[in-house]
Amino acid sequence: MKLMKTLMAGAALAVGLAGAAFAEPLKIGFVYVGPVGDLGWTYQHDLGRQAVEAEFGDAVETSYVESVPEGADAERVMTQMALAGTKLIFTTSFGYMDPTINVAKKFPDVKFEHATGYKRADNVSTYSARFYEGRTVIGHIAGNMSKTGVIGYIASFPIPEVVRGINAAYLAAKAVNPDVKLKVIWVFTWFDPGKEADAANALIEQGADVIMQHTDSPAAMTIAEEKGIYAFGQASDMMQFGPNARLSSIIDDWDPYYISRVKAVLDGTWVSTDTWDGIGPGMTGIGAFSDKIPADVQASAQAIVDGLAAGTMHSFTGPINKQDGSVWLADGETADDGTLAGMSFYVEGIESELPN
Amino acid sequence: MDFSSLNPIALIVSLMVAATPLVLAAIGELVVEKSGVLNLGVEGMMICGAVFGFMVSVESGNPWLGLGAAFVGGAAIALIFGILTQYLLSNQVATGLALTLFGLGFSALLGHSYTGIKPPSFPKLDIQFLADIPYVGGVLFQHDYMVYVSLLLVFAVWYFLKFTRGGLVLRAVGESHDAAHALGYKVVRIRMLAIMFGGACAGLGGAYISLIRVPQWTEGMTAGAGWIALALVVFASWKPWRVVFGAYLFGGFTIMQLNLQAVGITIPVAYLSMTPYVITIIVLVIISADRKRASANAPASLGRVFHASH
Repeated sequence: MKLMKTLMAGAALAVGLAGAAFAEPLKIGFVYVGPVGDLGWTYQHDLGRQAVEAEFGDAVETSYVESVPEGADAERVMTQMALAGTKLIFTTSFGYMDPTINVAKKFPDVKFEHATGYKRADNVSTYSARFYEGRTVIGHIAGNMSKTGVIGYIASFPIPEVVRGINAAYLAAKAVNPDVKLKVIWVFTWFDPGKEADAANALIEQGADVIMQHTDSPAAMTIAEEKGIYAFGQASDMMQFGPNARLSSIIDDWDPYYISRVKAVLDGTWVSTDTWDGIGPGMTGIGAFSDKIPADVQASAQAIVDGLAAGTMHSFTGPINKQDGSVWLADGETADDGTLAGMSFYVEGIESELPN
Repeated sequence: MDFSSLNPIALIVSLMVAATPLVLAAIGELVVEKSGVLNLGVEGMMICGAVFGFMVSVESGNPWLGLGAAFVGGAAIALIFGILTQYLLSNQVATGLALTLFGLGFSALLGHSYTGIKPPSFPKLDIQFLADIPYVGGVLFQHDYMVYVSLLLVFAVWYFLKFTRGGLVLRAVGESHDAAHALGYKVVRIRMLAIMFGGACAGLGGAYISLIRVPQWTEGMTAGAGWIALALVVFASWKPWRVVFGAYLFGGFTIMQLNLQAVGITIPVAYLSMTPYVITIIVLVIISADRKRASANAPASLGRVFHASH
């Protein structure tokens, strides 16, 4: 009799606990490469996190760690998150690729979403936005708006994503102004306002009157505003930093993607995928055109946006040669995703050399 | 590759702006080290100065108040260092390092709600007819006021150390604190004043970065400038004017490598971005090659804890 009672109590307890386990919120972790206050790349990811919290309320519990250096520290942070019971981890920088794969092997029941990478596993998905589509639009605007014909570009690391952006911007600007020059400065950091400001100043001294950047802070926009030249917001709108300087911006909108992935985990339908969405699905947003852009340029830029969204236009449409003169795309041919994902060459016309 | 687009005047102007925070922090550290204290917390004091200056500047709308706050704030952080090393007799190296970490974290905490705000801007020196002098005008007369203040500060420190009695006493404390103590000079008080001055200058240097050079607040924005300033003091053999030379050399190469990249030079970017540090190391090696001359200038009591023997 005593044994029966113990067994019944044990069973009731087990059912009770199981019930409680189902009611426990899904723990989601975010690993950021910069501070949330950068008002650029990390800020937009955090907006995505807040959108997830707003959408799912008590069903989720989100946490984040900012300014995690790429490398061993990232592994440590991810491992700590996994040990604390986090079941879905978003790693928001290219340099977190190997750490993510390593930690994913150790925790097969934790799901990872790696931004802008290319290595996947059963529990690792990758996602990225077609930023280069945004570059085509702003390259078009820059080509029209630059009076000196020199466009300055602040680049971070020579990875395919950055090179795609440079090439796309240059091709679009060249289509408008065949003599346009693109000057690139590599700062080898995603986020360093001091260095970005210095690079912006150096480009302006070299004659650039439009600045583009592939770094995360609004420093270049601030310098552009001060010096009275044009710039574009990167990852977030950056209007408050350059009310006069900002012509447009590329805005990363991660909200819909994050919400759909969290929903997939909650529903149990999550599988490892690769998502590469551009203007069409809304992952890459184009900021409102400033009044400084003449109406006809606004119209042509909007036409490009619509074309890219509909798929009738492609950022890389031949004839395009590589920098060494060899033919890359024939007339009318468009680049396929595979080549784009591994792009490590400049197109013809860019004068500097690509660091390796 | 188009070298004609390199404008030497613009380059010199930029390098002076890039070097000014280093000049400010290094000259303060020079005074501290001349008094015999090794303050490794310069980076922490710089970034705390950056955040205090930024906060006060944004709240009050007056950039000069911000600079004043940075001055006072840097001195306050240095005061902590001074109390720990001079009164509680802790190890100077460890305390300095701890203060750097503290300063970095504390400033990040304070500045969290200030990211993304634009501070009030600084007036520039605008004497039109002077600025119009070809070549020299642009270089000498178009900077914001802090560049001139930094040079005046170096002059003041040089004059103080070389020609005044106070400077002599400070140097004596740095050379032999026991002898100075035996002569009746208040070693601890002199060192505390020197430490606070050093912290205040570091704070000014940090505020320069957050209020004038970038201008914005982001955590960790000094990006190691404090460490460079420390190295510059040694580089300068503890001589004030050499600090300016070292800072301008370092700042110059930092700016030059960015400009060379924009020009399209074929040297790989990794080498170009190494140049400021490599040049500093080379000059340091040359200076230290003559061991007698190199060690002649280091204050003999640098880094040693002072125990008042009675």
